[in-house]
Amino acid sequence: MNWLIDFFSNPANWSGPGGIPVRLLEHLEFSVVALLMAAAVAIPLGLWVGHTGRGSLVVVVSANAARALPTLGILVLVVLIIGVGSTWPVLIPLVLLAVPPILVNTYEGVRGVDPDLRDAAYGMGLRGPQVLFKVLVPVALPLILLGMRLAAIQVVATATVAAYVGLGGLGRFIMDGLATKNYTITIGGAFLVVVLALAAQAGFTLLSRVAVSPGVRQFR
Amino acid sequence: MGDEPLVRWDWIWRNWDTGRPDSILALLESHVVMAFLPVLFGLLLALPLGLASARWRWLYQPTVSVMNVVYSLPSIAVFIVMLAITGLGQATVIVPLTFYSLAILIPAVVDGLTSIPDHVRNSAVAMGFTPLRRLVRVELPLAVPVVLAGLRVATVSSISLVSVGALIGQGGLGYLFIDGWQRQFTTPIVVGIVATVLLAVLADGLLVLAQRLLTPWRRA
Repeated sequence: MNWLIDFFSNPANWSGPGGIPVRLLEHLEFSVVALLMAAAVAIPLGLWVGHTGRGSLVVVVSANAARALPTLGILVLVVLIIGVGSTWPVLIPLVLLAVPPILVNTYEGVRGVDPDLRDAAYGMGLRGPQVLFKVLVPVALPLILLGMRLAAIQVVATATVAAYVGLGGLGRFIMDGLATKNYTITIGGAFLVVVLALAAQAGFTLLSRVAVSPGVRQFR
Repeated sequence: MGDEPLVRWDWIWRNWDTGRPDSILALLESHVVMAFLPVLFGLLLALPLGLASARWRWLYQPTVSVMNVVYSLPSIAVFIVMLAITGLGQATVIVPLTFYSLAILIPAVVDGLTSIPDHVRNSAVAMGFTPLRRLVRVELPLAVPVVLAGLRVATVSSISLVSVGALIGQGGLGYLFIDGWQRQFTTPIVVGIVATVLLAVLADGLLVLAQRLLTPWRRA
């Protein structure tokens, strides 16, 4: 606890390009961009595979294998190949990390919709895409948002490794603390990461309260 | 990078089994130990904790909240803090990974137990099963598919997370990422990534096989 007070009460940690606000924004930027890119790939793919049933085995197996990709390894490989000129190197491993949970949950969400509900929608004369967007997506939304939430927590916690290859973000505090054996900084940085991850979690919980249709909530 | 190829095969043959602790085979071995022990310990702890949360529902929400916080801790920071407690050894990696496994496995055990329909439980009671026998013969076997699904995610994440330990000098195959990064040499990095993914796919396959053996009634 004393370490945390030392870290947050030291004015040097608050100002300049290495200060807490700047590092926090960098961390937020990596995480949000990576999450949006992953969602842009995983949600349409999950909806399509869940709705048509085509290629479901390939998607589930490869998503599971992709979970095993070691973020640190992908990061150093990408940096060695394309260099550290921009934030791209850190986005690639983070997107790879975020795609599997979003993809699998979207797919499971759509596939798990009660078949009677789907049949009823077709029976009422809705076409394929209408069934998908007016019935399946709203009913699967809680699971899709759960996938986004899990991905967000992992991305925020893992974005710290960006600091290993010299990029910014809250990982800087953790790595610099390790390098200089100044563990006050390490623990302060880790604390900020946890706060950010919990904030993301609370954000998605709130979002699912607002976005999920009351009928679906009751149904669960 | 220049004309350097992505993978130099001769490096792999030369470093496959040199008998030193940094040979690929030795790293693979320590990677397996540091990845599987946490899942095993996690399962052994998750069973009683999950059973307790399924029996006394008021325990569940606090347990899940604590586990959510644990899950959002950045692994590298936890490893550094552990250094102060356990010193540098495999335990520095194994203890935090046990908690990550717990965070995945407790909800899986609880979901598995609560997914059993009441009429099944009531039939067991009516047939004269004592609570302990009912648990061992009816409830646990029926919870196997959900628990194993959680076990698959925990195993694959554990295999992928071990490599972060390389930043503090205990990371199994993760050592290859650090080595490759410091020497600006891509071959060890590629070897590390491929070996990690193969290990995860193999472990996942074995768990799928285990599920087929443990739940013969689901083999349709």
